[in-house]
Amino acid sequence: MKLFKSLLTATAVAAVCLAGPAQAEDKRIALVVKALGIGFFEAAAKGAEEAAKELGDVEIIYTGPTDTTAEGQIEVINALIAQKVDAIAISANDQDALVPALKKAMDRGITVISWDSGVAPEGRQLHLNPSSNELIGNMIIKLAADNLPDGGDVAVLSASATATNQNIWIEEMNKVKDNYPGINVVATVYGDDLADKSYREAQGLMQTYPDLKAIIAPTSVGIVAAAQAVSDAEKAGQINVTGLGLPSEMAGHIDSGASKSFAIWNPIDLGYSATMLAYNLATDKAEAKPGGEIPMGRMGSLTLNDKNEGAMADPFTYDSSNINDFKDIF
Amino acid sequence: MTWSGWKSREVILAGAIVLLVGMIASRFPAFIAPSNLANVFNDTSPLIILALGQMVVIVTRCIDLSVAANLALTGMAVAMLNTAMPDLPVPFILAIAIGLGSLMGLLNGLLVWKLSIPPIVVTLGTMTIYRGVIFLISGGEWINAHEMSDSFKSFPRETILELPVLSWIAILVVLAFVVLVGRTALGRAFFAVGGNPHAAVYTGINVGQTQCAAYVISGALAGLTGYLWVARYAVAYVDIAGGFELEVVAACVIGGISIAGGIGSVGGALLGALFLGIVKNALPVINISPFWQLAISGSAIIIAVAFNATSSRSKGRVILKKAEHAT
Repeated sequence: MKLFKSLLTATAVAAVCLAGPAQAEDKRIALVVKALGIGFFEAAAKGAEEAAKELGDVEIIYTGPTDTTAEGQIEVINALIAQKVDAIAISANDQDALVPALKKAMDRGITVISWDSGVAPEGRQLHLNPSSNELIGNMIIKLAADNLPDGGDVAVLSASATATNQNIWIEEMNKVKDNYPGINVVATVYGDDLADKSYREAQGLMQTYPDLKAIIAPTSVGIVAAAQAVSDAEKAGQINVTGLGLPSEMAGHIDSGASKSFAIWNPIDLGYSATMLAYNLATDKAEAKPGGEIPMGRMGSLTLNDKNEGAMADPFTYDSSNINDFKDIF
Repeated sequence: MTWSGWKSREVILAGAIVLLVGMIASRFPAFIAPSNLANVFNDTSPLIILALGQMVVIVTRCIDLSVAANLALTGMAVAMLNTAMPDLPVPFILAIAIGLGSLMGLLNGLLVWKLSIPPIVVTLGTMTIYRGVIFLISGGEWINAHEMSDSFKSFPRETILELPVLSWIAILVVLAFVVLVGRTALGRAFFAVGGNPHAAVYTGINVGQTQCAAYVISGALAGLTGYLWVARYAVAYVDIAGGFELEVVAACVIGGISIAGGIGSVGGALLGALFLGIVKNALPVINISPFWQLAISGSAIIIAVAFNATSSRSKGRVILKKAEHAT
């Protein structure tokens, strides 16, 4: 498997190299994602293209490994350094492992920002959070609590146990859970963003906690698998699957009643904003420093905190009333 | 390998499974409820089907690392077909899935047979190619639950006599293999080719052709599982069943199928798959850290294999007693 992955990554890298130089004056911005073939990131790439069109002199290189590993991303970063891109905007699979490779990129004068899932401060110039972590942490438990007026047991189904962003959201969620009396967080399990493992973990939760009322899955693969497991157990309506998911992937599960509502920020906006930020830094139109404000086109501007991090916007809630308007968009 | 030798190996493995289930039950009694055991069997069905296909390939001294990629590509292809033609009845989908899987298996088989490329290289290559093709045909997009038709998704879930169709298919495949391996010339040829290819040639068996047939069987089963997998999880994307080929090989090795070829049984493959399936299903419910889970499932495989290796090692025999004493 490892060999297969390195083969595929090597092919991807070769493809990147062959993509060839564009017109000399174009800024080449690489959008590096956790893994190719994930709907969320495909949508982010659409947003990046939109920003590129608006800016005019930008070429987007959308790339990433074929599975969610830090090793795969390091290979991609090294290839991007070799072809001297102007900026790298990355959603990281590991917050520390990528730092040396990204430092090397910055030493060569490449602008490096992280978005979605962050890199440690020494490995990037700024980090764009899709939303503030506090807001997301609060949002995921609120979605569960809103449908449980009498309280009850809820469990968390996360991605991998080392995923940066999921861990932070769960931590933030645990900080505010006392604001929701009666809501009892009984377990956190990890589905590694694999459909079959997440499905099995969800089945395990239903068995271990017969009184379970909700599963919170702050990951787009996990929420779909958990919703399917709940429908298959014929517990749609009894157990509400909620968390973070994409309307296109969740539409069927909202219809079946396995999920009453879920939230997500708009990934198109996220890719758009990341590109705008990378462009403004790479062209020296703005500087990443604590307290600084960096414009990001139609999304307004990003205000950085003392760790050079900023939040884009609030997550948006989807339920049966609006899902049909969004399921064909992302 | 004598018939009684197989039996004792399987008895040991069956005993290990009973012990394992007993240990799980002491921590989580609901695990041994009949309905839960049925669930575990159902969840393990894809692994059982693929392990049987892999078994015949390994017995002929080959290996098929492309099963998971074949599964994913067939799954994506039938899911896309379903979105394009939602009214296509399930029997057609099944036929297409099996046909497509067989074709991919045939490609492996022909490369091994006609070009004599080492099997591990062939299937490593085709594995990458098949995954790559999924990217090409899907453009990296997911096929989601609401895009698939209801009949497409519900087929593996329909229950007949309390068991889902998915489980019944696994049972049928097991029965078919019992007949194939024990009662047909082809089944015996697999073992002849793996046990001693040169002797097999003298008995009139075409070694390459037999290996090719094993690949076609493995591919057909991977294709069948591809449809069942996608329908069961109601989602198709590039990376489904990523790394599953190693689990399939592990199930075979645990089941006492010799990587060197020539030795193996349907019962062994079945028990090996069940062993892994039980470990995978028990880990989430016995509530231990995810980091330990990986270590535990890994150790379980090594212990099982080590156990198998020691129990099957034939003792050396001193055939020149006098000469030994003389020196």
